Amino acid sequence: MTVEARPDYAETVEHPMTPFLRMDRIPHVWCPGCGIGTVVRCFASALEKSGIDLDKVSVVSGIGCAGRTAGYLKLDGFHTAHGRAIPFATGLKLGRPELTVTVLSGDGDLVGIGGNHFIHAARRNLDLLVVLINNFTYGMTGGQNGPTTPLSARSSTMPFGNFETPFNLPHLAASSGAPYVARWTSLHVRRLTWSIEEALERKGFRFIEVVAPCPVLYLRLNKLGDGVQRMRYYHDEAEIRNGADPGDAAIDFQGKILCGVFVDEERPTYQELMDEHYGNVLGDDYVPMPLEGGMLGGG
Amino acid sequence: MKTDPKGVLTGSHYLDGDFACGEGAMAAGCRFVAGYPITPSTEVVERIANRFPLVGGTFIQMEDELASMAAVVGASWTGTKSMTVTSGPGFSLMMENIGLAAMMETPCVVVDVQRAGPSTGLPTMVGQGDVMQARWGSHGDYELIAMSPQSPQESFDLMIDAFNLSEEYRVPVIILMDECVGHMTEKVVIPPADEIEVTPRRLTEVAPDDFLPYQINGQLVPEFARAGDGYRFHTTGLTHDERGYPGMSVEAQDANVSRLVDKIRVNAGDIVRFDEADTEGADVVVVTYGITARVSRAAIDIARGEGVDVGSVRLVVVWPFPEQRIRELAASVKGFVVPEINLGQLVLEVERCVAGQAVVRSVPHSGGAVHDPQTIAAAIVEVAR
Repeated sequence: MTVEARPDYAETVEHPMTPFLRMDRIPHVWCPGCGIGTVVRCFASALEKSGIDLDKVSVVSGIGCAGRTAGYLKLDGFHTAHGRAIPFATGLKLGRPELTVTVLSGDGDLVGIGGNHFIHAARRNLDLLVVLINNFTYGMTGGQNGPTTPLSARSSTMPFGNFETPFNLPHLAASSGAPYVARWTSLHVRRLTWSIEEALERKGFRFIEVVAPCPVLYLRLNKLGDGVQRMRYYHDEAEIRNGADPGDAAIDFQGKILCGVFVDEERPTYQELMDEHYGNVLGDDYVPMPLEGGMLGGG
Repeated sequence: MKTDPKGVLTGSHYLDGDFACGEGAMAAGCRFVAGYPITPSTEVVERIANRFPLVGGTFIQMEDELASMAAVVGASWTGTKSMTVTSGPGFSLMMENIGLAAMMETPCVVVDVQRAGPSTGLPTMVGQGDVMQARWGSHGDYELIAMSPQSPQESFDLMIDAFNLSEEYRVPVIILMDECVGHMTEKVVIPPADEIEVTPRRLTEVAPDDFLPYQINGQLVPEFARAGDGYRFHTTGLTHDERGYPGMSVEAQDANVSRLVDKIRVNAGDIVRFDEADTEGADVVVVTYGITARVSRAAIDIARGEGVDVGSVRLVVVWPFPEQRIRELAASVKGFVVPEINLGQLVLEVERCVAGQAVVRSVPHSGGAVHDPQTIAAAIVEVAR
């Protein structure tokens, strides 16, 4: 039996996400089995499906493995300081209100070093879409304990197991005032894509947590197998319950992962509140920031 | 170009340095301010919070100074002129994102109304101890510009210059005010808008497909693309190449960081600014900045009364430092007297430039008050002998 040579797909078939990616930066830095690439793929698919004007979309990341996402997406992309993606994004959004400003970053970045910014941005209901990729650890620096590391899980700085209570992120976001709160795993590619697309249509501080594997550090240090085995865990232990109380969404070591859209409400954004308030108080004297921004000489 | 008249409160006013600074920012075209309250700087943002809703600007009080500075860098990438305002403890927190602004080459202005430190120090009382922090406060090699006003009028005037320089060189510009100037009330004349020349953002005219965010084409300062104009550019705090992509090599580091430093060092002759008086034939030159320049005038009068030939150099731009002029003067004077409300910071720079050619005398003060002019006068007389 003769086997016909397979066509060279790399040369003949373009990846469908090519228009959304900086192909001149591929290959990316992420390890085999890492979930971040999947999230980037879902994010790009959601942008495509939303039909949004990509010229007006900015993506902001902090530091860490997930912090590299802004470097691969072919958008106005900002790779900022550790923990400061949300306040940087705040400046972008307030400086040019017509922009769609998104934040893609990791758990250590957004709720560890950047935790204060996270809760205040949610409280103010700033018009930002925040996708947090939660791999339960600091990957880029070598698997240290993070604000999301489950109790008893091992990390390089908790070699005898973690005894700190982790954040329940949907609960944190919801109780800080976020009007859209969801959680998925990187196995839920269709639901995640749909959820990002839905969040793009909403306004205010929209928060999506994506639980994703770190095979090289978190999984290895905890002897949990590879990325594929992690997909099996997500498959077995993820429970989708839209509308569930985010207070029930804490994740125990190898425990159930509650997924779904927990909060989907309408609440006026920071800018809407500002415009309404100044309009009421100052009347015609109020001059709002132009949608195209406050650059001298106009947009 | 002429500034937007909306932000200009033309006329004669009786303002303190903080309020004048806020008016200067608005007159310069600043339309985004993020800040966190801290004595003795808060009046600047209070003034802005009062006036911004009337002039099309957005002020946001952030959760801390880390966030304030990060938001300023973000806002500047929309082309909106942006600034923050703080004092010592907050200035320390801002160093992280001042470094990011330097690395991304983001125009912005940071006002530091100095109080006495270290740490919480004397929150309501004057100091000049942030001079070296303004120069070296963030890690790594970079250059920026710092200016120091001596009066409310100058607090207004220098804000225009600060924003213009930040646009021209794409660097953070620090306003090193001090508590005395910030809280001193004097006459401030704000000119008509059509007399205020402002530097617009240097937007590129290269088409998006051909544009590289850090390509310099023989210049030292790249052209700018702002978020939302279809350029889909990337920028990062990592060492990067002309595409804005991370470049983890010795060569990329050298090219990137050398240019950050060179764009100020090479142009230092255009940026340095100082008021020089009576230095010709002088035996002693007093080098000062900020409020201490005004205190030193009394000291100079006292020393002249004792027969000493005294000149002065008041730094309007503190960084870059006027190395060349100090070196020249060192060849002809007996010595320099450097009074500062710190225990000897800028005097080190004077010593470096003088390089043993003349005496250099520090007149230190730990902070909390200005110098007694007699102390400075005594140093002048001593150096003259």
